[in-house]
Amino acid sequence: MATAIANQWHVTMADLKGKVDPDWCPGCGDFGVLAAVEKALVELQIANHNVVTISGIGCSSNFPGFINTYGMHTLHGRALAVATGVKLANHDLTVMVTGGDGDGFGIGGNHFMHTMRRNVDLLYIVMDNQIYGLTTGQTSPTSRVGMKTKSMPFGNIESPVNPISMALAAGATFVARGFSGEQKHLTELIKQGIQHKGFSFLDVFSPCVTYNHDNTYQWFRPRVKKLEDDATYDSTEWMAAMEKSLLWGDEIPIGKFFERTDLPALHAAEPVLSDQALVHAEMRVSPPAARSFIEELM
Amino acid sequence: MKKTFAIGIGGAAGQGVATPGDIFAKIFSRRGLHLNAYNAYQSIIRGGHTFLTIRTGPEKVTNMGDRVDMLIPLNQDSMDRHLGLLTAGAACVYNADTIKPGSVAEGVQLCPLPVSKLADITRNKVAQNTLAVGAVLSMAGVGFQALEEVLSEQFKKKGDAVVAENVGIGKAGYEYATANFQPFAWPLPITENRYAVMSGNIAMAMGGAAAGVKFYCAYPMSPSTGVLHWMAAHARKAGIMVRQVEDEIGVVNMAIGAAHAGVRSMCATSGGGFALMSEGLGLSAMMETPVVVIDCQRAGPSTGVPTKTEQGDLWQMLGAAFGDYPRVIACPLDIADSFKIIAEVFNVADRFQCPGIVLSDLLLSEGRLSVDPQELNFEPIIDRGELITAPESNGNGGYKRYKITMSGVSPRAIPGVPGHTHTAASDEHDEDGVLISDEFTNPTKRRAMMEKRMRKVAGIAASVPPPELWGPKDADVTLIGWGSTKGVIEEACELLGDEGITANQLQIRWLVPLHGDEILDILKDAKHTIIVENNYSGQFARYLRSETSFVPDGYIRKYDGEPFMPHHIVNAVREQLSGTSHMSVPEHEILV
Repeated sequence: MATAIANQWHVTMADLKGKVDPDWCPGCGDFGVLAAVEKALVELQIANHNVVTISGIGCSSNFPGFINTYGMHTLHGRALAVATGVKLANHDLTVMVTGGDGDGFGIGGNHFMHTMRRNVDLLYIVMDNQIYGLTTGQTSPTSRVGMKTKSMPFGNIESPVNPISMALAAGATFVARGFSGEQKHLTELIKQGIQHKGFSFLDVFSPCVTYNHDNTYQWFRPRVKKLEDDATYDSTEWMAAMEKSLLWGDEIPIGKFFERTDLPALHAAEPVLSDQALVHAEMRVSPPAARSFIEELM
Repeated sequence: MKKTFAIGIGGAAGQGVATPGDIFAKIFSRRGLHLNAYNAYQSIIRGGHTFLTIRTGPEKVTNMGDRVDMLIPLNQDSMDRHLGLLTAGAACVYNADTIKPGSVAEGVQLCPLPVSKLADITRNKVAQNTLAVGAVLSMAGVGFQALEEVLSEQFKKKGDAVVAENVGIGKAGYEYATANFQPFAWPLPITENRYAVMSGNIAMAMGGAAAGVKFYCAYPMSPSTGVLHWMAAHARKAGIMVRQVEDEIGVVNMAIGAAHAGVRSMCATSGGGFALMSEGLGLSAMMETPVVVIDCQRAGPSTGVPTKTEQGDLWQMLGAAFGDYPRVIACPLDIADSFKIIAEVFNVADRFQCPGIVLSDLLLSEGRLSVDPQELNFEPIIDRGELITAPESNGNGGYKRYKITMSGVSPRAIPGVPGHTHTAASDEHDEDGVLISDEFTNPTKRRAMMEKRMRKVAGIAASVPPPELWGPKDADVTLIGWGSTKGVIEEACELLGDEGITANQLQIRWLVPLHGDEILDILKDAKHTIIVENNYSGQFARYLRSETSFVPDGYIRKYDGEPFMPHHIVNAVREQLSGTSHMSVPEHEILV
């Protein structure tokens, strides 16, 4: 996603500090995501009043309260729908959506698919911990088969969704995966996601230290392999991205899977928005237009 | 009694019932006549049975009326269903090649058209329709030129040959009728007035454009889809961003997002879609982001009868979303009012930063009415309330989005304004927008925030007018209705007056705020009160009672999917005043 705002504000890490400190469990992967987002905004020098951070409900969805931008802490699963409305009403704003795997792939799955195919210009960061945390540990759509949780105490028998493959299939124009334990790499992906003009999907392994004892930092560390380290990998190749997205186990790719820049973002495809952001447009219908609306009916 | 002329056109869906209806509507309105059109139809694209009633006259026509003067059955089924409705003075024009009439009441004129002799039916599949239109206009005393004009406009795009062919068929029907059928005793008058003919859905969409709506989104659902269609077709001219969304949950949340970013934002649906929006209404209330949702009621519950009308969603509106929060619910009284009411609801919603609901129904949404263009004011008052769209000199630092105020309203800064960053949350929060729902729960703060939001209720009540009693003050009977029943109750009052029973009317337009004290004051002197509504359980009667303890003397209800006709109410009032009943459920005699 992109921002058109030229700004004279100098943004520092201190400017982005929220009114309260995060109430995540000590060691939660989400701290790393918050730090990376703040770093990315400072490096890109985007004024905080031109950023809207929007979330649904869940541990990671408390995110907007912990960063000093405009924030919306909406309903469980509905952040992408709200964010689409925000972006279309004022496409000059930088819109970020932050949430978890249950929020985005479970209850919000329908909006996930449709926001991607619409290519709404926003960055969607999913802090994927493969568990429901705020409800104290139930199976999530990305929980692996066999994982024992309070809702599936004898082990999960359902296949998990593959967010990267889903995003590719649904037509997301920027698809990436990060790891909370890889700060620099993650910050870079966030910056790219913000700058991409279209829907940017960033799935981040953000371990839950309280409820997920399977997919821990220790489990991920030896497995994650940066796509950027493979000089032969071409992120403009959709088929290659799809193939990479299927890898899981000893080797789990992170990094930018795919990006295409040839499709207009939704707001750019709509002539009504070509002159200015909707919020700055004249509210009244022009008298000739009003007359023509009535004439049609006579 | 008002002079009116009503045409009923019956046929299968796909047989072209709408086109002759549109032609009549155009001709009547251009003649300076008022009209009301109601289409009884089914959820089927081809087949089934559709019955369109168009009633016209020089004075305001507010409902379909009681009488069909001219029946045009386009198939045998329509003939069989409706011929029995005709009484002395009425006529029936039909295709004599394919349709057989049954027995008719005395004084009813049967007008068979030898369709295959008058037109080449192998070339023109709807020749019978055009012939019938020509015949009817001849019998109603309308000059042929009016039809020639409308047909020429309609077929202009298809070229001169098609225009000539259709005008020729229309003329053949016209001349055949002039030569063979008795004209009506009352030729349709001409006036100098000119009216726009519009549906309630078009009125609400245009009303939205006039109110400054910049964002509209929807998921298709009968009978609300007409709003989406108008918005989509006129979006570019009106400068409105229109989106079709994946479901109504997405719709309401997207609308709230756009509203939050600072534009007036609206969506429309019917009962089922509204049910999905319920949680979003609470979001609007909690974040204090105004959004306007139109609910076009249809017969429920569940999928119900998608093409039939009902006033059955009131309690859903009253109870939408959990928890207590201020809301506004208004119901337009007729199609012209459907235009006006949108700006009014937006002004209240904007001023008090709460959700606004417009409660229409199929009868208004899809019915059509002649509206004086003067009533379509594209420059209504726009009051956006305390909205901060640019930095104030002292804006930095001290801004509190949910500042506790006497009015309960806190100035609302939109994203992009420097110095006003804050988080708007669905969780309970403090004045600063910081969540007090988890780590910082605090009963004192929670109470203060609840009271802040709920203080807006008093402001809302003061911002809209209480209802008024129409008609003679000391009437024998007071009829109480809400929303779309305005016109039919009005006509019932006139008809009762003709019988020597004086009647007055209290029609409710603002459901929330209700103005219970004022209503009680109006009703305290009423001799006999009857609540008229289009649902089974008396949803408004129950609501009025819950708010005021008021219990009326009687009820008239209808829940068969069809609207009230004036005689339904007149007969029920007569019955109730004689003391034989206090609950009437009139039967709908038209088989649709």
